[in-house]
Amino acid sequence: MNVPENLRYAESHEWILVEGDTGTVGITDHAQAELTDIVFAEPPAVGKSVKAGEVAAVVESVKAASDIYSPVSGEVIARNEAVEGNPALLNTDPFGAGWIYKVRLSDPAELSALKDPAAYKAQIGG
Amino acid sequence: MRTPLYDAHLAAGGRMVDFSGWEMPVQYSGILHEHRAVRENVGVFDISHMGEFFVSGPRAAEWLDSLLTNHAALLAVGQAHYSLLLNTRGGVIDDLIVYRLDHDEFLLVVNAAKIEEDAAWMKSRLIEGVTFENRSAEFAALAVQGPRSSDVFEKLFGSPMPAERNRVSDVGEGFVVTTGYTGEKGFEWIVPAGGAGEAWSKVLAAGALPCGLGARDTLRLEMCYPLNGSDLSPDHSPLESGLGFFVDFSKPDFVGKAALVAQKASGVPRRLCALKVTEKSPPIRPHYGIFAGDIRLGETTSGALSPSLGCGIAMAYLPNELSRPGQEVAIEVRGKQFRACVHKKPLYLKAL
Repeated sequence: MNVPENLRYAESHEWILVEGDTGTVGITDHAQAELTDIVFAEPPAVGKSVKAGEVAAVVESVKAASDIYSPVSGEVIARNEAVEGNPALLNTDPFGAGWIYKVRLSDPAELSALKDPAAYKAQIGG
Repeated sequence: MRTPLYDAHLAAGGRMVDFSGWEMPVQYSGILHEHRAVRENVGVFDISHMGEFFVSGPRAAEWLDSLLTNHAALLAVGQAHYSLLLNTRGGVIDDLIVYRLDHDEFLLVVNAAKIEEDAAWMKSRLIEGVTFENRSAEFAALAVQGPRSSDVFEKLFGSPMPAERNRVSDVGEGFVVTTGYTGEKGFEWIVPAGGAGEAWSKVLAAGALPCGLGARDTLRLEMCYPLNGSDLSPDHSPLESGLGFFVDFSKPDFVGKAALVAQKASGVPRRLCALKVTEKSPPIRPHYGIFAGDIRLGETTSGALSPSLGCGIAMAYLPNELSRPGQEVAIEVRGKQFRACVHKKPLYLKAL
């Protein structure tokens, strides 16, 4: 499984790329493989306030709906409309074109509660 | 519980889930891929969890006709049909396939979750001149489905697949019948449990893609084939479920007949309808609310994103007066309503 070095990870299988006070959020390669064919994605609305550990978005595979938990708190400043039109991007490019939303971090200290790539790799068993 | 093919599923990359007590593959290569394989090519499903009952004796047909809705006595040897086992209120205990193996010998294939209940119900009503055997554990079964299933049939058995549905072929050990649950042509091969692994390998070698319960569900729902426990229940009659075609009222009597006759006379209050979502929506799932304006009409009994149609599809019991094709309703997903309309069954018709 691909676990990029430049990201932090939530135990619930979301990743975040931090650039200044902005974080880009998506689901991991491991998560998309577990979910299988993703056929629906609903990123949060711009302006919505999200809280660390709370539901921010929903993705659905053919078989089940899954909540996406925000790894950090803050305000949503962008949503990836491309994944609404083509949810399979979450399967084919989970760390790139399959990003879900961008958030302005309200509490950067929350990042320390997330896992580094080594710890996430250990969690998913390699 | 596990079928004799459990290890074969793991070897084929099957993702195992619980299905009424059975560890079954929900998918191997992906539900969408498997669904397409069956619509366009050929796939194989392990249906070994289903039950096999053997009914024999000089009064076998007569006895089955007293318990089931369809008319077993009219089956020719080598023919099969769909039938229903009802309670005295006319509700559905189970739906099943009845195969006439010989003049006085029938095979019944029943739902996995209902094996014990069906067997107990039938045994408690046994009459002299009939032998009933629940031999579910002795048999495995494979469903080979798709436009290219006839190629697989020929490779396996060296003869052409019967063009007609519901035909039993004699293949030595086991039974092969041109039946299925996908809307595609195909056959089901009921084999002694000990031969399951070999049968599975042969079917894969003949070109069939392993397919799981996920694709089985989307395929059958596109065809509006009901799933017992979801779309059928002891509280709904086959008239409500749209299965009146499989009820022979000309028979002198069968369990549930009086209730069905009464329901026919007083009017069927609700009907199992096929629904198609007419705007972009999340996949529809069972137990989503159905609304007409502010009025909650009921809930979906089955639901999915149709891989063939690319939209949400479902089935639900709606009041009779709101059950006609074209009727507009809304399906609620996470507090938001999406427009849908009642559709003629089946939801999916193959372009010929």
